[in-house]
Amino acid sequence: MRVVVDLTRCQGYGQCAFLAPDVFTMRGDEALVYEPHPDDSQRERVLRAAAACPVQAMVIDEVNGLGRHRRPADGHGRTPPLVENVVIVGASLAGLRAAATLRREGYEGSVTLIGDELGDPYDRPPLSKQVLTGLADAGETALPLRRALDADWIRGVRATGLDVAAREVLLDDGRKVGFDRLLIATGARARPWPDAAQAALDGVFVLRTREDAARLRARLADRPGRVLVIGAGFTGSEVASACRELGLPVTVVERDHAPLAGSLGGVIGAVAAELQREHGVDLRCGVTVTALEGDDRGRLVRARLSDGETVEAGVAVVALGAARNVEWLEGSGLAAGVWGVGCDAGCRAFDVNGLVTDDIFVAGDVARFPHPLYQYQFLALEHWGNAVAQAQVAAHNMISAQTGRWAHLSLPVFWSAQFGVNIKSVGVPTFADQVAIVQGSAADRRFVAAYGYRGRITAAVAFGQAMWLEFYQELIERAAPFPPDFAMVDRPPEIQVLPAEMPERVSPAQGATVVVTGHDPDERRAVLVRPRS
Amino acid sequence: MTTTYERILDHASRADPYPLYAELRETPVARQPDGSYVVSTYREIVSLLHDPRVSSVAEDQDARLSDLPQPFIRLDPPDHDRLRRLAMRHFGPPESPGRIDALIPRMTGIVTGLIDGLAGRGKVDIVDDFAYPLPVTVICELLGVPREDEPLFHQWSQTIISTIDPGTGSMAERTRRRALTLTELGHYLDGLADERLRRPADDLLSGFVSEQEFPRGDLLATSALLLVAGHETTVNLIANGVLTLLRHPHALGRLHREPGWAPAVVEELLRYEPPVQFLAPLRHALADIELAGVTIPRGAVITIALAAGSRDPARFHDPDRFDPDRVDNQHLGFGGGIHHCFGAPLARLETQLALAEFARRFIGPRLVADPPPYRPHPFLRGPRHLLVEFDDIVPA
Repeated sequence: MRVVVDLTRCQGYGQCAFLAPDVFTMRGDEALVYEPHPDDSQRERVLRAAAACPVQAMVIDEVNGLGRHRRPADGHGRTPPLVENVVIVGASLAGLRAAATLRREGYEGSVTLIGDELGDPYDRPPLSKQVLTGLADAGETALPLRRALDADWIRGVRATGLDVAAREVLLDDGRKVGFDRLLIATGARARPWPDAAQAALDGVFVLRTREDAARLRARLADRPGRVLVIGAGFTGSEVASACRELGLPVTVVERDHAPLAGSLGGVIGAVAAELQREHGVDLRCGVTVTALEGDDRGRLVRARLSDGETVEAGVAVVALGAARNVEWLEGSGLAAGVWGVGCDAGCRAFDVNGLVTDDIFVAGDVARFPHPLYQYQFLALEHWGNAVAQAQVAAHNMISAQTGRWAHLSLPVFWSAQFGVNIKSVGVPTFADQVAIVQGSAADRRFVAAYGYRGRITAAVAFGQAMWLEFYQELIERAAPFPPDFAMVDRPPEIQVLPAEMPERVSPAQGATVVVTGHDPDERRAVLVRPRS
Repeated sequence: MTTTYERILDHASRADPYPLYAELRETPVARQPDGSYVVSTYREIVSLLHDPRVSSVAEDQDARLSDLPQPFIRLDPPDHDRLRRLAMRHFGPPESPGRIDALIPRMTGIVTGLIDGLAGRGKVDIVDDFAYPLPVTVICELLGVPREDEPLFHQWSQTIISTIDPGTGSMAERTRRRALTLTELGHYLDGLADERLRRPADDLLSGFVSEQEFPRGDLLATSALLLVAGHETTVNLIANGVLTLLRHPHALGRLHREPGWAPAVVEELLRYEPPVQFLAPLRHALADIELAGVTIPRGAVITIALAAGSRDPARFHDPDRFDPDRVDNQHLGFGGGIHHCFGAPLARLETQLALAEFARRFIGPRLVADPPPYRPHPFLRGPRHLLVEFDDIVPA
């Protein structure tokens, strides 16, 4: 059976770990890791665990064992009469959830899922955690389905172009696939090590796909000596955590002055740095890797750092973030570039002029959408929960009449399990100028930090205190004042408001050069100019 | 004039408080004549359960009255978190993940033995003969309390829970009564703890005394809490379950054919007939809290009507229907937030096993009286007796 836990919802109650202890494991007080493909002998226990989850965060395929048949919903609004052919490009979490939503809402037309990977869609979060530590196989992270999708699958084939006028997707095998509604859910890919020859050294890895994870896991299981992690964002930090759990020596090199600083700012990043060092990580901040060097057989042996030091390592994991998969949209006329694909709050794609399309939708890591709570700034979120929520809104809107459409207004939530601590965030921490620990204590690694922007609360991050975040979510949604000035349980004697130490916000559309031509309104047009590289 | 809440507290309302809960929900946050607030709608309850401005430390509690310090259920973080974690080390994940799961064979054995003993009787009291002995035996063995001392601690336990029934005297009098009884129970447990220090066994008390950081007082308060909670709540869940199944013969029949349905049945019971109807102990506001258009002022006592929230039609479709197949059943049966029921996994498994075996082995069970006589307690609700006639019992 297949299991996925929506860790966006999970609050660490641990009921599943009581009831199916061989499948669900708590690391520390509230970080949950689980076997995504448990043996059928565990079936009864897993079903018990799923029934007991206080926040009903578990998705299991074939839930009929518990009698929990999912009934089709009535749908909302009317399906516009002409929609009978939906094409989804990108068959990962967002694409799959969109397809499931279409069916749940009663859409009976055709659904075509196009994905460049072979095999069933799979869940990525386990890849940097339970797969690396060997608790689960990379091949066993397939996403469960609550019901049959009745979809046409085109697998192992890449979309290479989009003809907006003809409503056709072009594939690399020469096929053209027509659509009434298109969902772009092509996600992102790992940013490779910039030097191709060094990247090709044996022992240099990235981590994004199931295959990446399987390769890295196999190498780690061979006890490769020191592991060098390049970049201490969430992926890099989780890789470092998994390596420490395996007892491997780890060096983490981070350009910023603390791990996670790019997402959580320098103050909380400093706590993450202490956490890493407590767990034996050799953490080097404010440093970059300038070169990876191999031996005469092409095997990685060391890295040179910008401070002149060298690190001897048998494995280097390049964790420098993700690049959005938009190349196939070049020339399509959509507002697609390094920033992703621009869309409105209803997930409808913008064309390059900023005009909204009516039949092309975007969801998941590749989408960039405006969020009213954040001054209508356009956000692109590489979060599991965002992919799910946005895919549902996109799918709903694809088959709904104008008046029945939804806006994607959910607050961003993400989580990371590392070094036995569950880090969970709600809101947009980078949208902040100040931060304060408002509950608990950083020294105990158990706290809630609130983030403020110009006197209102915009985000909260919890280390091992996820159960309180619902409260902060309400504060954020109501644009409540920052810092919170009321009495609460576990409030530090004095709340210290500090500068958030956010990295300078870079305009996401930097590098986009647009030329506007024409004079009269009917002839004014924007054209994206490719940057000369 | 009496308020809806006061009528709920009236022992005469015990058999069916649900129409009164519906009335209560008309004012989601209802101020009472004594200045306290009763919250009864789902959204507002969930919000309060996660609200750090809500404290579980009773303002009037006087620690000097009792030898025992407050247990974690009456504490806020960080003390609550520290003590609960110490207890959890021996009870469940992350340190003892398989402990409760490993009890399944023993729990099954107890259920089988209890039902075997009823064969040939023709008529039984489900409460005294089945629903009570199972959780008591389990908590005694798990905690390390001799089962034969049951008459002793049963009396203490009854007294302690009666002190959280607002209908049994003034707050000050009830606090005093609880403190005195807890002192006695504490002395009793202290003796057992000393024994475990000398001769450790495979039980929670032995685990607790092995913890350097677990002060003896806190350890005894925790053990007292587990002993009382472990046998004043699950008894009601099981008895409410048998009653509900007998009132819904189709569900009983399906559970008979499909024992794997038990988890869904128990979750729906926790929503539909929960043993804990109101959160006890009461909470209070550390700051002004605005909720559903009402400001709960700083210092006000807050009563959370969990059972009313779990029947809120704004959250649950057709809430007064017993429907184990309902999806997305995020009931409030075990509360929520940091004080979420410590013993929930134990209660679930005991009740799942008990109800599945009741459905499988009792032939032709029928209620003798409907409604049955109830315990008077408004917060911990369940039948005092549940007489059931039956034709036969299937051998195990």
